[in-house]
Amino acid sequence: MGLELVTTQLEKAANWGRKFSLFSYPFVTACCGMEFMSVAAPKYDIARFGAEFPRFSPRQADLLMIVGTITEKQAPALKRVYDQMAEPKWVIAFGVCASTGGFYQNYHATPGADQIIPVDVYIPGCPPRPEQVLDALMLLMSRVQDARGHSQLRHKREKLVLEQQRAAGALEE
Amino acid sequence: MSQKVLDALAKKFGDAVERTETQHGDEVAWIKRDKLVEVATWLRNDPAMAFDQGMFVTAIDTLDLRRPDANGAIRVVDLEAAGATRFEVCYQLRSLRHRHRVRLKIRVTEADPRVPSMTGLWSSFIWQERETFDMYGIKFDGHPDLRRIYLYEEFVGYPLRKDYPKDKRQPLVRRSDLPSSES
Repeated sequence: MGLELVTTQLEKAANWGRKFSLFSYPFVTACCGMEFMSVAAPKYDIARFGAEFPRFSPRQADLLMIVGTITEKQAPALKRVYDQMAEPKWVIAFGVCASTGGFYQNYHATPGADQIIPVDVYIPGCPPRPEQVLDALMLLMSRVQDARGHSQLRHKREKLVLEQQRAAGALEE
Repeated sequence: MSQKVLDALAKKFGDAVERTETQHGDEVAWIKRDKLVEVATWLRNDPAMAFDQGMFVTAIDTLDLRRPDANGAIRVVDLEAAGATRFEVCYQLRSLRHRHRVRLKIRVTEADPRVPSMTGLWSSFIWQERETFDMYGIKFDGHPDLRRIYLYEEFVGYPLRKDYPKDKRQPLVRRSDLPSSES
């Protein structure tokens, strides 16, 4: 009981740290990039939320921002970038194209980046206003704190399955 | 504006030029396919023509082409009855020296979509002809490197042809845990 209390409190503390130090990897493919620059620049200043530091290496990042249309040809590259990121990781789909494919319904555009990788927060808009982006970031931060991000949930699920398998194995023995 | 180019073409290559016309201020010459390189070489080298810049090449798919008939009703043009073929390949040329332009059009059929490549005359057509091949499947004979330029090698078909389904996707990757992606 005592140990459980310590570990849950420890995870809360770790999540508190994670949510205020999101290192983002901007996967910028299209015109939404201009709006992303606006969010990152001093006027709207994403640095106020501790997410100011774009890392151009997926291995050092824990927030993937998909900014712009993802074409079918780009999809393997996006999947690879996501796979290279270390756990726990979060994904924001920035703009309608990254969220749903937007106004593209044709041979070249994916109908949303969530067809390729799991997405935590979607930002509508073509392009979204900087306020929407900051709102989405705050939403993501609350999810990080509550351990409700996709990769956190997956981690939890895998741990649970492992425990169940162990328990079943113990019973058989 | 460039009517004198059309006149000179018709005079020099009488039967190689099917007809000439002017559309919205642009001069168009319909050229027979096997005479294309000969005509284009002359257009580039003749000092009075001096077409030193190849602007673009593209194709037009006239499948289900709709035009107003004599009564003004919009109808599908019957290509076979009109004696036309499915594809038109367009070359737009421009002379920076004389400041005139001309468009060469070549008819090609669906069964034999081949056009002689003009990359030997204007190297700017190398990428443009690859794009036309990528989108319409027009084969350019003599092109040094004719492969897809925008789409991936795994792509089947030619997306800008009118019979390509408009929302048909050919995904390279999809999430394995997403049931909705199985379509």
